[in-house]
Amino acid sequence: MNSFTYIRADSVEHAVNERVAETGARFIAGGTNLLDLMKETVEHPSRLIDITRLPMTSITETVDGGLRLGALVTNADTAYDKRVQERYPLLSQAILAGASPQLRNMATNGGNLMQRTRCYYFYDVATPCNKREPGSGCSAINGFNRIHAILGTQLLSQDGMPAEPQCIATHPSDMCVALAAIGAVVRVTGNYGERTIPFADFHRLPGNTPHIDNSLASDELITAIDLPQNGFPKNHMYLKLRDRASYAFALVSVAAALELEGDTITDARIALGGVAHKPWRKPEAEALLVGKPVSGESFQAAADALLAGAQGYGANTFKIELAKRAIVRALGQAAKLEPTE
Amino acid sequence: MTLIAEAPPKDTYIPSLPPIHTVTLTVNGIEAQLQLAPWTSLLDALREYMDMTGTKKGCDHGQCGACTVLVDGKRINSCLTLAIMQEGKQITTIEGVAQMATDAPSGLHPIQKAFIDCDAFQCGYCTPGQICSAVGLLNEGQAKTTADVRELMSGNICRCGAYTNIVQAIEEVINQQAV
Repeated sequence: MNSFTYIRADSVEHAVNERVAETGARFIAGGTNLLDLMKETVEHPSRLIDITRLPMTSITETVDGGLRLGALVTNADTAYDKRVQERYPLLSQAILAGASPQLRNMATNGGNLMQRTRCYYFYDVATPCNKREPGSGCSAINGFNRIHAILGTQLLSQDGMPAEPQCIATHPSDMCVALAAIGAVVRVTGNYGERTIPFADFHRLPGNTPHIDNSLASDELITAIDLPQNGFPKNHMYLKLRDRASYAFALVSVAAALELEGDTITDARIALGGVAHKPWRKPEAEALLVGKPVSGESFQAAADALLAGAQGYGANTFKIELAKRAIVRALGQAAKLEPTE
Repeated sequence: MTLIAEAPPKDTYIPSLPPIHTVTLTVNGIEAQLQLAPWTSLLDALREYMDMTGTKKGCDHGQCGACTVLVDGKRINSCLTLAIMQEGKQITTIEGVAQMATDAPSGLHPIQKAFIDCDAFQCGYCTPGQICSAVGLLNEGQAKTTADVRELMSGNICRCGAYTNIVQAIEEVINQQAV
């Protein structure tokens, strides 16, 4: 770990000012990902701004009937909150599918959004990685890429020809997949005041700048995550497929949520984890389900549309078919056509 | 042959001495003032600065659970937090779990006694973390079935493979509490 200085922020404004004052400064809350990356010398901040004492530690009702999750509420306290369990069970299920109880007791909601990829090459400072060292190359494309992305990696050159991808890392979060499906909004405060970022715009695709994970400006601090009124409490499923039954990152995960009138689908949300640089949603695929009966056929059509354009890189090519089958199964479970165990 | 140390190039970054902070930690009810560099993890503060070596360092990356301690009654990985961030919190380590159960005739926490009764360890290296984690699991009150106990203990690895007896020990205490 590199040498750094430490300051405990006593207000959001103080935290933001500290960040503005020093380019190499970073915020720290749960620390579960940042300290790990510092031990691996992937991250080397010059100053840590401890935000854990800031007043962002509660879950409150919003005026439009949703919930506001404070950025510093732990993942465990969020997942076990009665209101979250009753109104946003998909979110609760997704959080509890990730990490371990100890990590969920430490990790915060804001930090969950900010966690970085678990790509082996990103962690291994002896290997080239465009995310860690822009311009050094991607070791995963022709390397061990079982856990890597199949969607949103392709690039076009200036003359419109397919170009070599810069990065095939995935976003590791389970929580974010559910937040994407529900359609959460991220509240941030920066040097110039507050703004909100729709969840779909928060994380980004790698493009030619894979070292940038999200659309947060360097002076901005996440203060809360707003959940809309509808959390799809009746018909939902978070299906996570991984190499062992517990405490592992997803190879593919699906957050599926449906609104039904009888057997007819009136609204559908599908977000995928483990397949892209961000939680993967495609409104066109969801629209295919609206007005259709709950059936394997309509689910398959949505799955095919979601995976359209998917590209495998060898060891991860199996994910294309796995993701389609996982979508069909998760939608079936959400519609209660299939058992959840 | 003479060895000559080469002077570093002029623009090379030369590390400075660490900024030392006075950090006050409350561990097992006792307050201690320590002089720590900011990067000292809670785990290193306990082991290297307070001589409390019951808490073990396994992976030092939050993957094995050997360093599990309780902070304000909640189990966390002490390797992934800075000591300076834990000022003002009640920290309980394996050395302090027995005193959490003051009325126990054995002088042990029920989880400790159940680990002995069920032979829930082999080499013992992961045991302090397993016990602190199990105490945290009881505090959380979420484990209803054997499958729940297994899932909610997944952050603690036992390379000897004593899992069967660990789960049995924890279930024994859950059943005692339910009576």
